[in-house]
Amino acid sequence: MRYTLFLYSDETAFADATPEDMDQALRVFGDYINQLKEAGVFVDTDWLQPSATATTITKVGGERKIQDGPYADTKEQLGGTFVIDVPDLDAAMAWAEKCPSVHYGHVEVRASAMPKGGNPYAG
Amino acid sequence: MTPVNQPKDPRAKAALIARESYGRLVAILASRTSDIAAAEDVLADAFTKAMEKWPKEGIPQNPEGWLITVATNRMKDIAKSGHSRTYGGSLEDVYMPLSDGSGLNNLSPDEIPDERLRLMFTCAHPALTSSIHTPLMMQTVLGFEVADIASAYLMPSATLAQRLVRAKRKIKDAGIPFTLPEQADMTPRLTAVLEAVYGAYALNWDQQDLDRTKDMASEATYLASVIADLLPEEPEALGLAALLAFSLARRDARQDQTNGFIPLEMQDTSKWDRMLIRRGNVLLERAVNLGSPARFQLEALIQSLHMSRANTGQTDWLQIVQVYDALIQIAPTTGAAIARAAAVAKAHGFEAGLRALDTVHQLASKADLNHLQPYWATKAHLMRQKGDTPEARKGYEKAISLTTDTSVRIWLEKEMETAAAKD
Repeated sequence: MRYTLFLYSDETAFADATPEDMDQALRVFGDYINQLKEAGVFVDTDWLQPSATATTITKVGGERKIQDGPYADTKEQLGGTFVIDVPDLDAAMAWAEKCPSVHYGHVEVRASAMPKGGNPYAG
Repeated sequence: MTPVNQPKDPRAKAALIARESYGRLVAILASRTSDIAAAEDVLADAFTKAMEKWPKEGIPQNPEGWLITVATNRMKDIAKSGHSRTYGGSLEDVYMPLSDGSGLNNLSPDEIPDERLRLMFTCAHPALTSSIHTPLMMQTVLGFEVADIASAYLMPSATLAQRLVRAKRKIKDAGIPFTLPEQADMTPRLTAVLEAVYGAYALNWDQQDLDRTKDMASEATYLASVIADLLPEEPEALGLAALLAFSLARRDARQDQTNGFIPLEMQDTSKWDRMLIRRGNVLLERAVNLGSPARFQLEALIQSLHMSRANTGQTDWLQIVQVYDALIQIAPTTGAAIARAAAVAKAHGFEAGLRALDTVHQLASKADLNHLQPYWATKAHLMRQKGDTPEARKGYEKAISLTTDTSVRIWLEKEMETAAAKD
């Protein structure tokens, strides 16, 4: 089963991070990625630009609305994702618990809704 | 003190002191002001000065005393210069070690008071969140860099650094005292200290940089023996020191050439460290003679029984089961219950083992059970002995899916293959 880990954290906490801090953060995430790969559960990951650069599009009500900003204005923003392929939610939670950002934010785990073999309507 | 094998090079000497005496020096400097951050700052300055002066003027007779004197003077300077954000009112106390006029410079290192125990009780104070106890101790008492501690937790160092700063500020601002707990309070407070040391030992063995984590493990073992030396009448302090000595003794026997984990009973005993085993047995005997068995002592006793295979070539599983029974009486954890079931299977066969494994259900909900990797690994082993290959396979698959440790996964995958091949 494919699961996506959503990494929520408070962006303002990174405002005064030094280049050394960033280096070390890249290293621990690199270690985590390597461990996911070694376990054969890694599918994909991405590191997202700050939420201030987000654009939210909606067509609720029929008309297209473009909002300059994230969809919800809470203290924690989506900062990254991991897509992993593991047998069940228990295993997905074991890996979510090990994700570096679990220490300074929340990681949301969601199962994929994509039909097996990918989106049948995708080109 | 006659210097034996002391490095002649001043820089090497300073590095050696930084390693061996860092915690002692921080403890002395912080004990009178409760300001750990300031103590670390002035000590860092003192080390910088040592690097400048020692190559020119030679290594002082008592380098630790020299460093304390320079660091204390630096504290004095900062306080005088006005930006004394740190030392409100207790400045006289800061000079205390120097009040006899001669200064610590003339003391032999053995006469410098050892305040590390107080520092450890401060680091593991119940007013601080327990997740910071171990990192705080590793930084202040053992002198590890924040980045190294953070890596061991798979945590960005900026996050950990913030937390350490916050904890030290709380110690100072909330007035957490640098004192040893009263006798009535000793057991729970000591437990927190021992748990923190144990935490440093148990840190991520599955790191890329194995040497660094090995180093942390031996430093934690060293810390446990410091506590045992300073509290020789506390059986659990002795018990933990014994437990870590036994565990560290096996570290070269834990992995095969493919980095696969090797379980204790399969390990090559010639790779065990005899010195550490002897040390563990001495500590354990002293603990047991104090006559108040508790968790760490019983865990150490189980280890000790395992280690005697190095001499006898056999493992006394019956006795190991008995000690697990006692351990579960005192501290009923799922981990102990699962390990007991594995021992019961060795002593009385897989059927008894499976029945014992069922008792884990009394300690954990079904949902919790689904996250307990050791439960599934043990169940798989026992099902395999029973000859139930499909159930064994299910167990191994579940255990592997819950395993984030590389070497354990390599081992479980091999076990699963073997089980399938026998089918």
